[in-house]
Amino acid sequence: MSEPLLDIANIEVVYNRAVQVLRGLSLQVPAGEIVALLGSNGAGKSTTLKAVSNVLSLEDGELTAGRIDYAGQAVSARPPHQLVRDGMCHVMEGRRVFEELTVEENLVAAGYALTGRSDGGRVDFDLVYEYFPRLHERRRALAGYLSGGEQQMLAIGRALVGRPRLMLLDEPSLGLSPMLVEDIFTIIGRINAEQGVAMLLVEQNASLALALASYGYIMESGRVVIDGTPDKLMADDDVREFYLGMGEQGGEQRSYREVKHYKRRKRWLS
Amino acid sequence: MQGLIEFIEISLTGLGMGGLYALTGVAFVLIYKATRVINLAIGEMLMVGAYLFFGLAAGLALPWWLAILFALAGGGLLGLLLERAVIRPMLGENPISVFMVTIGLGSILVGLVELIWTADPRRLPQFLPDEPIFLGPVFVFPEPFWSFVIAAAVIGVFVLLFRYWRGGVALRATALDQGAAYAMGINVPRVYALAWMLAGMIAAGAGMLLGSIAGLSPALALFGLTVLVVVIVGGLDSVPGVLLAGILIGWIESLAGSYLGGEYEHLVTFALLLVVLLVRPWGLFGTPEVERL
Ligand SMILES: Nc1ncnc2c1ncn2[C@@H]1O[C@H](COP(=O)(O)OP(=O)(O)OP(=O)(O)O)[C@@H](O)[C@H]1O
Ligand SMILES: [Mg+2]
Repeated sequence: MSEPLLDIANIEVVYNRAVQVLRGLSLQVPAGEIVALLGSNGAGKSTTLKAVSNVLSLEDGELTAGRIDYAGQAVSARPPHQLVRDGMCHVMEGRRVFEELTVEENLVAAGYALTGRSDGGRVDFDLVYEYFPRLHERRRALAGYLSGGEQQMLAIGRALVGRPRLMLLDEPSLGLSPMLVEDIFTIIGRINAEQGVAMLLVEQNASLALALASYGYIMESGRVVIDGTPDKLMADDDVREFYLGMGEQGGEQRSYREVKHYKRRKRWLS
Repeated sequence: MQGLIEFIEISLTGLGMGGLYALTGVAFVLIYKATRVINLAIGEMLMVGAYLFFGLAAGLALPWWLAILFALAGGGLLGLLLERAVIRPMLGENPISVFMVTIGLGSILVGLVELIWTADPRRLPQFLPDEPIFLGPVFVFPEPFWSFVIAAAVIGVFVLLFRYWRGGVALRATALDQGAAYAMGINVPRVYALAWMLAGMIAAGAGMLLGSIAGLSPALALFGLTVLVVVIVGGLDSVPGVLLAGILIGWIESLAGSYLGGEYEHLVTFALLLVVLLVRPWGLFGTPEVERL
């Protein structure tokens, strides 16, 4: 197997020099693939992404052990904006759109990701509007007035502006209606397939994430407890019970059908 | 009729001062919004700008327009230097410590100016047109008139820059959410430097205008106190608020000074400050969760 695009090896993260949140976590994301990172609240998923995009220091967090390589180079040596310019875009938890800027200005700001690229630095608005026609309709509106779903579209659209090789997606389904979640996930799948963007996808909605991903990791208390292909994870009894919400009885049928539905969709797309 | 004309004349003179308050207030807000630093050295930065102009135009006998350009550049450089050498190393420290450090910086700047030029009052070389101005029957002093016009033009240019220039978008984005700005690939420390540099240039420009109205002495730095009142009244993080408050306070001061006597000028200003602090501690246009002074 060739070298992965993102390689996280045995990292430990401590906040405020006191609270240890990650305890020897390792995972890999191969180029062009979607990898799901699942786990319950407080497991350290967002912290993992922050370590990768090197923004821990903004929250008084520190990488105390281990190593993170992106495209063959350590991330710790590069400031966060440089990583973005090198093609790693972090779509943060809670969307974080610039509320007092218009949709279009949000995309202009995202254009800084293109600084220093060989292919010139022009923002390709059309690419974003092609995936998210709704954003085109609302391009002059202040981002703060967008609905939750539209804000999530904008958050992903901003990442798209940077023409990334790797997207870090932190709970894109958070707070959205089931129908919107479906739309957003379809588009995430399309971006992966059509733009060749690798993705590290953090989700609470495990069945959806596994339907898109080619590999999954499940973490608890700062380390990976089980990993494998989606088929393997979905066949695992513990995973089914605790993460997919499929006990012995009840919800099983429906949720599984939903997962199948996504698998089909993915095959159809790629 | 005579009373009305007098009232208009006094008001217009007040607007002249108000334009300078607004201009310097914009410099203050720029630094606050981008870096969350309450910069109490803004009055001293303004004074340094006026002395730079004096040194270049009177000392080195440069043509006035060249002296202005260099003084603006010097003000920008001073802003960059302060950010790089003093403010950036304090990133992440308690805001009160940073705030105290800017007070210290102010004293250092006054000290430097007194070392080079002594504390004696001086006359700034004339660069504003000095023919008296008549708007119909109303007479306006030329210096406040022209400094208002220039301040308004400069403010206009900056408002357009913030709105349409890509760097202006980066500035506003960074002011709203530093972490998200990093995630866009924006070089956040560079934006901080840019904010300080622009604020330094604005302050230097305001200093030259103020110096040509009020004469030159280290006491020019006290102007910063009224500017502080202006930004608290307008809202630390609001450009429109600061523009309005600047004009308002310039006008009220002028009225109080003329009708009640000079000693009331500042009394009225601080009374206004007190009222605003009691009723809307975050200022007329500010955001409630920002620091309350
Ligand atoms: N800035 C911080 N300072 C101190 N502790 C923090 C900080 N950020 C997160 N933590 C703690 O680290 C742990 C992991 O947080 P993290 O946000 O990585 O979890 P998560 O897996 O993303 O959870 P969720 O699913 O709720 O988003 C939590 O216990 C949290 O309280
Ligand atoms: Mg999280």
